[in-house]
Amino acid sequence: MKTSYREAMRAALHEALESDPRVFLMGEDVGRYGGTYAVSRGLLEAFGPERVRDTPLSELGFVGAGVGAALGGMRPIVEVMTVNFSLLALDQIVNSAALLRHMSGGQLSVPLVVRMATGAGRQLAAQHSHSLENWYAHIPGIRVLAPATVGDARGMLGPALADPDPVVIFEHAQLYNLEADLPDDWRCDISRAAIRRAGGQVSVFAWAGCLAKALQAADEVASEGIEVEVVDLRVLRPLDVETIAASVRRTHRAVVVDEGWKSGSLAAEVVARIVEECFYDLDAPVARVCSEEVPIPYAKHLEEAALPQVSKIVAAVKSVLNV
Amino acid sequence: MFDFKLPSLGADMEEGKLLEWLVKPGDTVDKGQVVAVVDTSKAAVDVEIWHKGTVHALLVGPGEKIPVGTVLATVLEPGETAPAAAPPALRPAPSGARKRISPAARRKAEQLGVDCALIAGTGADGAVTLADIERAVAGGTGTAAAEAAKALHRPASPADRQAETRRAIAAAMSRSKREIPHYYLFETVALARAQQWLTVANEGRPIAARLLLAVLQIKAVARAVKRYPEMNGYFRDGGFEPAESAHVGVAISLRQGGLIAPALHDADRKPLEQLMRELTDLVKRTRAGSLRGSELTDATITVTNLGDQGVEGVVGVIHPPQVALVGFGRVALRPWVEDGKLCAMPTVMASLAADHRVSDGHRGALFMAELRELLQQPQDL
Repeated sequence: MKTSYREAMRAALHEALESDPRVFLMGEDVGRYGGTYAVSRGLLEAFGPERVRDTPLSELGFVGAGVGAALGGMRPIVEVMTVNFSLLALDQIVNSAALLRHMSGGQLSVPLVVRMATGAGRQLAAQHSHSLENWYAHIPGIRVLAPATVGDARGMLGPALADPDPVVIFEHAQLYNLEADLPDDWRCDISRAAIRRAGGQVSVFAWAGCLAKALQAADEVASEGIEVEVVDLRVLRPLDVETIAASVRRTHRAVVVDEGWKSGSLAAEVVARIVEECFYDLDAPVARVCSEEVPIPYAKHLEEAALPQVSKIVAAVKSVLNV
Repeated sequence: MFDFKLPSLGADMEEGKLLEWLVKPGDTVDKGQVVAVVDTSKAAVDVEIWHKGTVHALLVGPGEKIPVGTVLATVLEPGETAPAAAPPALRPAPSGARKRISPAARRKAEQLGVDCALIAGTGADGAVTLADIERAVAGGTGTAAAEAAKALHRPASPADRQAETRRAIAAAMSRSKREIPHYYLFETVALARAQQWLTVANEGRPIAARLLLAVLQIKAVARAVKRYPEMNGYFRDGGFEPAESAHVGVAISLRQGGLIAPALHDADRKPLEQLMRELTDLVKRTRAGSLRGSELTDATITVTNLGDQGVEGVVGVIHPPQVALVGFGRVALRPWVEDGKLCAMPTVMASLAADHRVSDGHRGALFMAELRELLQQPQDL
């Protein structure tokens, strides 16, 4: 039976709330409205207002409250509506959540999970279309996850809550309606990347909203006899360099797909790791497919032109193969 | 030692396919010598080398498609001796001008004791790849790359060639209309004197050696641009580069469709008889598909003559990066007033399409007047 990404995420929240009384969910509109993306619909009715809490529109305030609750022994799941608004909570996440273990000499831990939607592609214009996963992936002290499949939507929350340190989970807004069979074993190792398609000629690295595009590009070139390996990074911090390097050592060519802007992107970090780890295994320069360096446009055709697309990934794959 | 690179054989050329080498390692080459035949999208072109020297190594095999700027061969300067061949294994790659070899291919070659310098690259930017090394080991160095290239690129069928020619023209003309602010001027030129002069000059000549009006027109254009240099040269990188010489590109239609405008070099300085011979030869070779690279790239202004097709005038599209094109229509008898009397005058409509970034209508008009006057004095051409 098909499950949607949204339902898988809801099931994960349900399980977390049910299995551990320390867990609670809070954020804007998560309770009575059922969540901006309808992820938490029905949870207020099932678990009550103590466990599913609507907050004021104050990211700095309620993420800070989440940090405090985690310090006090709770296991809070804080939903920030989208990454765009998380900029207001950067101080709590970067300066408090990520650093308190270090600043307290190991005495304090912040077992906080922050969930937020990310990404463009729905004509929400520049201020509501950011892909800033890389800002968080830059910070030591937090783990950054990006589930791109129904299985990972189901499987990542549990281990994230079990992590004694803060975890930020990015849910690409275009994925909520994605439907697939939930795999029998959806448990997830949140330290490893996942190979979604095996192939011997080019490794394509993608995550979140770009994974499906990378898989589609791999399908397209497969008809021309080009075998692409698609690696879902899914753990954006700490990067699973071992899996990345092993793939490049097999294929000798790499393309990195990132919905962020190219300059200073996570794609740049992945390329740097590849060059550091596998320089002598490379048979072609590494290519990147990133968003154009412009504020994401509102107009549909311009937005499409600005974002990584299947055709751009196909072109990059062919360029590194020189075909 | 210097690199012999694939030149751009036209503003619209981005890559070419090497068809044939006319030299081999050890041959001495002279300035202007044709050393290779390269298929552009338009024609098979004889490519010249512009340095004296001795061919050291051929880096690209026949059948390979390569981007403009790819090193085709390395050539030793006169008097230079070949560098000692590197022992096959465990020697670091020579520094200096580096052949592109992927890191993985370099390591593999070192492990197998293969000399990468002898292997033609098929990877991105012409780099030697792992597969090139493996093929070289499996099948002997010389032919491996060529075979690989053949497998990758099927020979072009006539239909493909036609489509590619069309694409190349489309690219150049779209660029012209996109980038060049054209302005146009027209002038009807009396041809009585020119025709009379040609009749006399052609008396007693065998048909094959007769001068045609076209050659007078080409020469007149070449002479006129020497006085109005802003019609002659290239607009590149945001600025005008006037040309020293007047190399007139002559638009020649191809039988299979499309056209090429190869250059008649130094048309202002050559006697008409010589120009006529060269024009005949150029038309023949263009249609046979055996042009030289310099002929494809050197034109500094283009002349197109559609009079034979019966049109009265031409509004031309400039061939970038050139800055002007002169068109001629058919020769027609028109009522004409000369010295206050009405007469029937053979005339031709001459037109100028010029680049407004480089010149203005005023100078264009003076150029057209000069062209008109030059055609009134055919004996001086």
